[in-house]
Parts: sequence; C-alpha cells; structure tokens
Amino acid sequence: MTTETEMSLYVLILAVPLGLQLVQRVSPLLHTPLMSLTNAISAISVVGAILVAGAQGATKLSQILGCVAVVASTINIVSGFLITDRMLKMFKKKAK
Amino acid sequence: MDQIWQVAYIFAALSIIGSIKWLSSPATARQGVRAGQVGMLFAVIGTLLRAEVVDYQWILISIFIGAAIGAPLAYLMPMTAVPQLTAISHAFGSLAAALVGTAEFYRLTPTGFTMTALVIETVLGYLTFTASIMAFGKLQEIVPTRPITYKGQNFVNIALLIFAVSLGVWMIVEPAPSWVFPTFTGLSLLFGVLLIIPIGGGDMPTVIALLNSYAGAACAAMGFALSNRLLIIAGALNAASGFILSVIMCKAMNRSFLNVLFGAFGQVQEGASTAMSTKPVHSATAEDAAAIMAGARKIIVVPGYGMAVAQAQHKLRELTDALTKRGVEVRFAIHPVAGRMPGHMNVLLAEADIPYDKMHEMEEINPDFAEADVALVIGANDVVNPAARHDTASPIFGMPILDVDKAHTVMVIKRSMNPGFAGIDNELYYMDRTLMLFGDAKSFVSDIVKAMPAV
Repeated sequence: MTTETEMSLYVLILAVPLGLQLVQRVSPLLHTPLMSLTNAISAISVVGAILVAGAQGATKLSQILGCVAVVASTINIVSGFLITDRMLKMFKKKAK
Repeated sequence: MDQIWQVAYIFAALSIIGSIKWLSSPATARQGVRAGQVGMLFAVIGTLLRAEVVDYQWILISIFIGAAIGAPLAYLMPMTAVPQLTAISHAFGSLAAALVGTAEFYRLTPTGFTMTALVIETVLGYLTFTASIMAFGKLQEIVPTRPITYKGQNFVNIALLIFAVSLGVWMIVEPAPSWVFPTFTGLSLLFGVLLIIPIGGGDMPTVIALLNSYAGAACAAMGFALSNRLLIIAGALNAASGFILSVIMCKAMNRSFLNVLFGAFGQVQEGASTAMSTKPVHSATAEDAAAIMAGARKIIVVPGYGMAVAQAQHKLRELTDALTKRGVEVRFAIHPVAGRMPGHMNVLLAEADIPYDKMHEMEEINPDFAEADVALVIGANDVVNPAARHDTASPIFGMPILDVDKAHTVMVIKRSMNPGFAGIDNELYYMDRTLMLFGDAKSFVSDIVKAMPAV
C-alpha cells in the first residue's frame, strides 16, 4: 500500500465518526434542511469533474464526460444551497 | 505546503465540517449554509488553480449552464415539492460522480486499488442516478406511487447486483475485455430503477436518506481514486449523514433496512380493510368542530402527508391564530416519518409562519396527549394507528406512533373512508371519542376558522 492510500484511509477513518457525531446533534426539526445541505455538499464531486474536464492532454471523451459532470454537479450545488437557505429563512422562533 | 490549492482545500474541508456543525440549531443554521457555500467556493477555486487544469473555457461555460439550471429549480419549486427537488438534485450529483469515474476509467484503465475505488464510485453513482430519478418520478407522481411488485422480484434484483459486482471484481483483478465496463454501467443503471420500483411513497423518507448516503459514498470513493482528501472528507460526512437519517427513519417505522428495500411495504391489504370499513363512524361538521375547539384548553395538531397534498398549512396557521387569540394552547406533534422526507412537516409549518418552538417531536409530546382536550389529525394515518401497539397481524405492528387516541376528543380530517396510502385500516376512526371531519383538508380547516364563534 502506498503512503498516499494509507493517508487517505486515515482521513476516511477519522471523517466517518466525525460525520456521525455532527449529524446526530442536528435537531429533527431541521432534518429536511440537513438533507438538502448535505445534498449540496455531495456535489463536491465538481472537483473531480473539473480535474477530468480541464486536464492536460484530456481526450475528447473525457472532456465531454467531464463537462457534463461539471454541469450536473453545479446544478446540484446551486439548487442544493439555495433551497436550503430558502427553507431556513422560514424557521422562526416566535410568531411576529 | 507551497501550493495555493492545498491551502484552499484545507479551508474548504474546515468550512464544510463547520457548516454541518452550525446546522445543529435553528439559530446558527443559516450561518451553516454560508459556511457550506464558502467551502464549495474554496473547493472550486482551489481546483481551478491546480497545475493539472489547463483548459478553462469549457469548464466555466459548464459551471454557468449548471448555475442557470440550478437556480430557477431552487426558486420556482413550491415548498411542498422539496422532496422531489432533493431527489432530482441528487440525481445530478451522483451522475457527476459516475461520469468522472467513467472518464477516469477510460483514461487510466487501471486495476487493483484505484480500480476498486472506481468500481465503487461508478456503481454507486449510476445506481443512485437512476434511483433518484425514479424517486423523483414517484414523488412527482409521474410514476405510480404504489409499490410495483412481481414474483421473484428480489431474486432478480439480487442476481443483477451480484452480476454487476462480479464484473466489477473482474475489472479489478485484470484488464477485462472492452464490453465489460459498458455492461457494468448498464447493470448499475438498471439496478437503480429496479431498486425503487417496489418502494411505496410512505417509505420515501428512508429511501431518499439512503440515496443521500450512497451519493456521499460515491464521492468518498472518487477521493480514493483521485487521491483527493477533500473529496474523502466531504463524501464521508455526507455518507454518515444519510446513513444516520435512514437509521432514524427505519427506527421510526420499526423496520430494518432490508425490509424497506425488499419488503414492498404498502400493498393493499384487501381482507383487513373491507372487513372494518362497514363499521359505523361519528362524523361532524365544521361548526361542531369549531365549537369544541373554542371550548378547549389544549389542542395538539398532528399533520401528515395529506396536509402537504392539500396545501393546508396556511389555513392551519389561521386556525392556530384564531385559537391562540382565545387562549387555547395549540401545539404540533411531528412523527419522524410524517411526509415524504425527514423533517418535511417542519418545513411546511415553518413556511406557514408557525414558530418552531410549537413543533414537538414524538417522544417529547406523547405523554401530553392524555391531557389534551382535542387531538386534530390532518392527513396523517399510519403514524396515529393504535393497531401498531397491539395488533400483531398488522403490517405496522411495533411502529412507534403518536398517542392521539389518548386525547379527550380526537378529530380526523380525511377525504373519505378510503384506507390511506398503505391501505391499512385505522381503528382510531371508529372510536367513540373520534369525530370524522370529511372533506378537503384546506377547505375544511378554512370552514372551521369561519365557524369559530366570536370572542
């Protein structure tokens, strides 16, 4: 196993329990915003998409796949964050 | 650490962790969204600055197109359509993961560890893509919401999955013939469709959470394939989040994962429903209901998916206001699986300006039903069915329910006596203390408000 892989595995080992801890603290009141926020965060795949689409010496195929992936993940990012914010704006503690 | 992009990635990771942390309370939740946006911005800019990225033109055009589609999607969808929107948004994200995996496969044709990561990334990406589209179709009611089942369905699904995984293993062990990867892709796409077909609308909260988890896992796998730790962190957080939510949903229905995925819940139980439907019920008019509510001290409202369908949340707020003015205490009891996604009811009530300190979780409010003068059930069915407590033959036996039947008077707003989504009859409707209010939820609540005697 390369050091790279080993490091990545350590990151995974630490990130999973962190995620479980963080999410368990979220009140059920906000479970829908939580889902749409994590939904937006899952579009971090945009990073991979950009790397594939813009790489030096990329083939036509990987450029096309990469660009479609960038479009798709950007849709996910934008709609995910905007809808989350739109929902959270509505949560108020006291009636006006 | 001499590279700007590495610094940007570290800030991105910190912001993303912070965003979920801040989401834990409504007071800091919007700050959480900001942090998430900042994190994503760092990730994108950092990536664009990497030396490997040389061709910007098409990337920027693609980002622009994506934003131009995503923004109207988020602003134009009504709040009741949030579950659909989440599902379709998921479809796009996982498609991106799958396409990146495909491109990497054709660029590197790797074997061994990198290929293992790519296989996991593409199988999860493609199956989540089609599964999310199917889930969208069911939520939007383009595809029939009732579970579609056939003989040997589970066998077909599992065989298909085993076949796809074997092809994946083949590609990991050695460079496989050129037909293998496309076949593997096709099987993953098909499996996603078949996975959702037998799932009914009532199980959507669990399934959407599970798909969320898969999308995260696909991202983390991509992180391994690209040696990109930011992807691993964000993917792992996301996978953990989806996993916990689906566990919570399963617990709230007293069912296992396998049962949700392969149990085809919610088929019509012909025998049970016809047997009970002949029993008499007490029905009441809006005037009767208004008079009882006006004289009550404590009212607990139990909203369900029917409230979302009828868009009754705004009228419900008017009713709450009218009652509060009379000094009646009105609170809302939210079952974890009410609606079509986790927390669905809270969002709709918040949309209608109902303050969130009036919304209570099941464990918190269940002891208070005994002291409530009126429990008003709007568009909820299975989550208030007392059969879950004692009827071992009932498909919902063992599911934790809201103890609505303990209230002094129970009122149920319902279109007709047709059994609800799951096709299970509800003994609550036949109790002596239960008044059935037949009609459309929105107009009936509106009628109650009008009939409310002046203060």
